[in-house]
Amino acid sequence: MTDLADLSIADAGAGLRSGEFTARDLVDAAITRAAVTEAHLHAYLTLDQDRARAGADAADAAFAAGEDRGPLQGIPIALKDNMSTRGMETTAGSRILAGYVPPYDATVVAKLQEHHAVIMGKTNLDEYAMGSSTENSAFGPTRNPWDTDRVPGGSSGGSAAVVAAGSALAALGSDTGGSIRQPASLCGLVGVKPTYGVVSRYGLIAFASSLDQIGPFTRTVTDAATMLEAIAGFDIRDATSYRGDTPDISSLLDAGVAGMRIGIVKELSGDGIDPQVDQACAAMYKALADAGAVVSEVSLPASEYALSAYYLIAPAEASANLARFDGVRYGLRVDGETTEDMMAQTRAEGFGPEVTRRILLGTYALSAGYYDAFYGQAQKVRTLVRNDFAAAYEKVDVLVSPTSPTTAFPIGERTEDPLSMYYADVCTIASNLAGDPSGSVPIGLDDGGLPIGFQIMAPALHEAQLFRVAAEVERLAGFDARPALATSEVLPA
Amino acid sequence: MTDWEAVIGIEIHVELQTKSKMFCGCAVDFTAEPNTMVCPVCLALPGALPVPNQEAIEGILRIGAAFDCELVEHSLFHRKNYFYPDLPKNYQISQYDIPLCINGHLDIDVDGEEVTIGITRVHMEEDTGKSVHGSETGRIHDADHSLLDFNRAGVPLVEIVSEPDIRSPEQARAYAAELQRVVRSLGVSDVRLEEGSMRFDANISVRPVGQEEFGTRAEVKNMNSLRSLHRASAYEIQRQIALLEGGGTVKQETRHWDEGSGTTAGMRSKEESEDYRYFQEPDLVPLRVDDEWRDRVAASLPELPASRRRRLADAGVERQAAATMVEAIDLAEMFDAAASLGADAKQVGNWLTGEVVAYLRRNEVELGDTALAPEHLHELGQMVEAGGLSSTAAKDVLGYVLAGEGAPGDVASAHDLTQISDEGALDAEVQKILAENPDVLERLRDGDMKPIGFLVGQVMKATRGKADPKVVSSLIRSKAQGG
Repeated sequence: MTDLADLSIADAGAGLRSGEFTARDLVDAAITRAAVTEAHLHAYLTLDQDRARAGADAADAAFAAGEDRGPLQGIPIALKDNMSTRGMETTAGSRILAGYVPPYDATVVAKLQEHHAVIMGKTNLDEYAMGSSTENSAFGPTRNPWDTDRVPGGSSGGSAAVVAAGSALAALGSDTGGSIRQPASLCGLVGVKPTYGVVSRYGLIAFASSLDQIGPFTRTVTDAATMLEAIAGFDIRDATSYRGDTPDISSLLDAGVAGMRIGIVKELSGDGIDPQVDQACAAMYKALADAGAVVSEVSLPASEYALSAYYLIAPAEASANLARFDGVRYGLRVDGETTEDMMAQTRAEGFGPEVTRRILLGTYALSAGYYDAFYGQAQKVRTLVRNDFAAAYEKVDVLVSPTSPTTAFPIGERTEDPLSMYYADVCTIASNLAGDPSGSVPIGLDDGGLPIGFQIMAPALHEAQLFRVAAEVERLAGFDARPALATSEVLPA
Repeated sequence: MTDWEAVIGIEIHVELQTKSKMFCGCAVDFTAEPNTMVCPVCLALPGALPVPNQEAIEGILRIGAAFDCELVEHSLFHRKNYFYPDLPKNYQISQYDIPLCINGHLDIDVDGEEVTIGITRVHMEEDTGKSVHGSETGRIHDADHSLLDFNRAGVPLVEIVSEPDIRSPEQARAYAAELQRVVRSLGVSDVRLEEGSMRFDANISVRPVGQEEFGTRAEVKNMNSLRSLHRASAYEIQRQIALLEGGGTVKQETRHWDEGSGTTAGMRSKEESEDYRYFQEPDLVPLRVDDEWRDRVAASLPELPASRRRRLADAGVERQAAATMVEAIDLAEMFDAAASLGADAKQVGNWLTGEVVAYLRRNEVELGDTALAPEHLHELGQMVEAGGLSSTAAKDVLGYVLAGEGAPGDVASAHDLTQISDEGALDAEVQKILAENPDVLERLRDGDMKPIGFLVGQVMKATRGKADPKVVSSLIRSKAQGG
């Protein structure tokens, strides 16, 4: 029998309801798996076994009392450590927040708890979600379960690694420029960034407010839909939250793609894309056409500037968002001669080099005399990117591309070269600038046995179309490989 | 010698008296223990987000509408970035290039002359917390520690920026005073200078009369009363004139008003000017004020001080009484109710702003705490007019009515204050006094009417003040003339 830690949410839910096993069994399996894998991965920053077991027992008690709050009841779920959890340390991967225990739950956390999901703990990330490899964590990097010499992607690398390794059945991440989709791609998982505003950001430690969105990591497309349905919805505490009805997510999972118009993003193929990734994607384009979709090539001309615009807008917002970390009210405090000095010293010691770089970059981009040339110009590019998408969606229903230009890269390879690291987001950033939903689905392995991800992008609030194509891609790819770490219980620590 | 003209623009901050703060649900309560009116949002805990307070937006729209501003359809919030320990986010959510209200004006009355002061903009922002510096002197430079209270952090703050239309310290004072009255009449803020719920800064420059171009301005801060606004402006104007006449130049700087010495002094200025790096607040969406909202706001405006002042004057209320009633809404409402019953405007105005105000002060109560009703004022007026009550006795009756003893007629009877104006009833008393003073009567008969006052006084005394002096006087006259 499959180890319980490797089940999908759907299968685990079926087992829980048939009485085959309990939520406590599931959580114990995930904890047992973590005991083996964590020494290799360092994916969890906090793994609260007592709380997880108590949560499982509560879910079991509810089942016993005939109370069923839906498909997440009793399911062990991990949270990226930039989501506020009442009573559980929340660090954003930063030294400046080490030891900070929030007095309140993020809206997504509250929603998961309402569903009787079991919170396993908090996962590692690039400090303040700034990075594409999880190497920027103040608490050390996370490694990829498929090859522990490689990165899991980032910034939600810890969330990707725990789901791939089996120390949680699903996880939440946040995606500002690709931070869910790229690690999902590098770890062989499904990862979805919903339409901006569909999931509340209340309690998510902000990186770039106009781009950040929370979304799921799962092993199947159906599970991703289940997770998203649980966390989506208008939230009075988030003024940017979407006020209309929550969009349909899962009604078209089985509809297939016959007759759908699918556009291949011209700018995201060929040059700049690893040949094996490019070929795998090309094969999927063909498979989709064979499945009845009308596949054509579509150009997004402004995407050439999207990366540059992103690296002005996101740092500019971050420079203000991170100003509150000053040693005055919580977190690290480094004493100084004056209050101002104390604040400066705290920030100098509390932030890592990438965060410092982005704060400086953002501060500069907003400065008098430079605003128009940098931040102002970037906002214009953002409008152009949106216009590109709008024009493209006149012709096609969804757009497709690779999720990441490469498969997982070796630890340390790009840490000295920020630009090469930034390039890891080249395929994913445009969706954030547009605010549109997009997701990554694993479609195969490269020669090195590393997963390749396939990206699907849809117009705002058209999650149902995104999931419709994702489900078909999943069926066509038939991807069922598992990382070595999850299958060998005897791997030496 | 050059004639100089002052050019003053004033920025006024008003703290709105809303139930909750600008961007969170915390109560606005300045009497609470430090740091008890706080939450993740106003403490800027990681992950917390702002949500605009509709009541505050409504409040600022009312202020804007009262100044005849254009209420902007789509306005934006911006972040104003600067580091300060009592600013939890280290940025203030404010408005920048597209504020909620623009292009208004306020008409002020300066010694009978009406002057129109333009209002450039009215925008919404949030207040900071409070720092308390722990030292003997309370000054930051001597402090070995500082304490922070965030109860005020996030309280809705409205900034009202005038055009540089003000030309004298008197106008500056009149502008601030009238603005305070207007905002108070809207009921959106208690606008108390001493408590900091209204604060002002003045941009002051001088130029030779006739010159179009503005002189270099200094921004004067730390004026805590209307009087200090007047004094500081007067001082600063004279300082700049003296400087320029002495061949010097005015430096563009922020100057601190010192109440004790009655002078302004330049504040330690930083090497470079502050760059607030404004950018649109990404946690908030543009604010939309549609026609329906605009109409609702306009319809909700109460009578504003200027129009009330005009209306009271037209009704015949004396200037001083009208000014008092412009300040005190409860008095004005009582006046209106009594006037609508047909009471004499001048008399009721004087009673309300004279005896009634004196009574309220003496007993430290509000008008609403007393038993006085508009009907009482009307009745009192009728009694005086009919001669049943002397104007002196009317004031006493008013006192008893205020104290809750009953309606004027009953009170006057109970205290035996009704006036005797019946000639028949007074005839005997007059006869008696004349008989007692034959020599005086003789003088009257000779045409010397001077002692008539003495005789009237004697009758008043004999009737313990209840006789109607007018009736007594005419009775004595007729008798002197041979009656």
